[in-house]
Amino acid sequence: MSAYDLPSKDGHFGPYGGIFVAETLISALEDLRKQYEYYSNDPDFQAEFAYELKHYVGRPSPIYHAKRWSEHLGGAQILLKREDLNHTGAHKINNTIGQALLARRMGKKRVIAETGAGQHGVASATVAARYGMECVVYMGSEDVRRQATNVYRMKLLGATVVPVESGSRTLKDALNEAMRDWVTNVENTFYIIGTVAGPHPYPMMVRDFQAIIGNEAKVQMQEDFSRQPDALIACVGGGSNAIGLFYPYIDDVNVRLIGVEAAGKGIDTNQHAATLSTGRPGVLHGNRTYLIQDENGQIIETHSISAGLDYPGVGPEHAWLKDCGRAEYVAITDDEALEAFHTLCRYEGIMPALESSHALAYAAKYAPTLPKDKLLLVNLSGRGDKDMATVAQMSGLTL
Amino acid sequence: MSLDSIKNLLNFFSGQDDAKKMNRIAKTFAALKKQNRKALIPFITAGDPNPGITVQLMHRLVQSGADILELGVPFSDPMADGPTIQRSSERALKHHVSLNDVFGMVAEFRKIDTNTPVVLMGYANPVEAMGYAAFAIKAKECGVDGVLIVDYPPEESGEWVQCLDQQEIDAIFLLSPTTPQQRIEQVAKMAKGYIYYVSLKGVTGASHLDLQEVSAMLAQLRNYISLPIGVGFGIRDGATAKAVAGLADAVVVGSRIIEEIEKSSDAELLDNVGNLLNSLRKAIDDNENNTQPTV
Repeated sequence: MSAYDLPSKDGHFGPYGGIFVAETLISALEDLRKQYEYYSNDPDFQAEFAYELKHYVGRPSPIYHAKRWSEHLGGAQILLKREDLNHTGAHKINNTIGQALLARRMGKKRVIAETGAGQHGVASATVAARYGMECVVYMGSEDVRRQATNVYRMKLLGATVVPVESGSRTLKDALNEAMRDWVTNVENTFYIIGTVAGPHPYPMMVRDFQAIIGNEAKVQMQEDFSRQPDALIACVGGGSNAIGLFYPYIDDVNVRLIGVEAAGKGIDTNQHAATLSTGRPGVLHGNRTYLIQDENGQIIETHSISAGLDYPGVGPEHAWLKDCGRAEYVAITDDEALEAFHTLCRYEGIMPALESSHALAYAAKYAPTLPKDKLLLVNLSGRGDKDMATVAQMSGLTL
Repeated sequence: MSLDSIKNLLNFFSGQDDAKKMNRIAKTFAALKKQNRKALIPFITAGDPNPGITVQLMHRLVQSGADILELGVPFSDPMADGPTIQRSSERALKHHVSLNDVFGMVAEFRKIDTNTPVVLMGYANPVEAMGYAAFAIKAKECGVDGVLIVDYPPEESGEWVQCLDQQEIDAIFLLSPTTPQQRIEQVAKMAKGYIYYVSLKGVTGASHLDLQEVSAMLAQLRNYISLPIGVGFGIRDGATAKAVAGLADAVVVGSRIIEEIEKSSDAELLDNVGNLLNSLRKAIDDNENNTQPTV
């Protein structure tokens, strides 16, 4: 088997990915592709990126052996890649720093971003403050209502938060609106996309910035455990934390790659966000990928307890990894994720994000079926402080 | 490029009316050229404000001076459209208007009007869901003449254009102020029917049309493009329509018409939209009495 080298030059992962955008954006994307190609091979750029990740984000994030929880489950050992310990509390900042450094070199003084739960918005507002750039964050008005704390956080960081009133008023509509802003202000504006979706080169570029997760893990596993894990487990909404962990392992065929989607109230209901498990290929937000859609190709509203997984598409590279069989994709319900959230709090003193709780919940199902010497590496992609109100509400409490 | 379309082009420029060989779009532009007139192309969204009125509205637009009709296929996520056309899509989707419904409307329109070209405009995913070949066959059957899918740029359109070619449907493409020169040549090779020049950066319905920029860009486009060029985005009234008609072969008006639909009751809708189109028609024709043809 030859080494994995996707996407192709024109941005395709097999039949997925590509550049499905209106003519107005084509030259901006071409410019971005060229600039990224140049700077991704520029030692000065890479050195600055590494410096920022170390001194501003606090990397490397450790791998933590969740011994008490593993013992409780009675099977494989569960290891956690602690992205929750990053500055701003999630993996999102790895990517926003990379894109902000690129924006700065391209002379763009204004950055825009879309956000669902607010994590990517916060990470974008943070780097905009750090580098002295204007920042506008688009957020569905439904999400603005649900995530009031993060909205305030972005404002404290100096960003303008624009509530989006169109469509289902959630993440996908925020993405539409950010695209519209970009089309209008393309000359002075850099669009920081938060996940491995969108038109080429975004899925590749965001993956490359997030690959620090898997690259660190490879070194840390060798140092701490003298071997690589048997499986990697990560939640998948758009899929940036998962691809960041998986990508450096794609050619290591002995390591299973397991992506965990949001089954919401169950994948046999119409209230879930399990795109790869239930969707069909189509074109949305600039790329061809699996989508949750009706028989006429209209995009359907999704549901998940975690806003970060509440998206009707998925990164095109995940679509390809599913089709070619290299990665497996499973789904976890709201209830299962919530149970994993509570369990990790009680057994390890770690409060996970509800997104990451989906990956944990699958690990909790999978580990007991394996012998005790197997190693499962779970990407703990974010911390759960932001979710306390949601969890309290689910338990019938108001804070 | 097929032999037929080359012939169409030759006919267009020689002004010959070889009616049998030309499709409806080429015929329309050839006839207009003879009369030294410019095309008026209104855009409406199929099923807005309700599916029952669309075919009547199409006929009324033709009676009021439309030369070609652009019919929008509603989509849940119209990324390249401003708020006005987004709302029109949402209204149509409340009635669950599907691609098949849109084909049905065109078929019904064709029972009475067999001359006016109809161009479908929309986004990729409803086409993806139907499949390229099935789409092209159904579109041909009901009498569609051209298709513009906003998020199928030439780079991703190889197979798509082949399927349309097989059914002799024109694949229409956009060009924009940000399109670099080598791409203009690339688009020129694939495009049929007419070129849709997006006259400003931004989404549909914005209002900052820069006529000098349009004029300069059109002059550049004509070095590479032999097809008629329509200009859309930012045409709000008779004055802008008239100005654009002085530069381009066709004037495309979308958001302004949708606004008229929005503010009209069902009873007055046809008259209001008809009057608006009449006034645009007048402004455009008035222009042509005073200026030289541009081709």
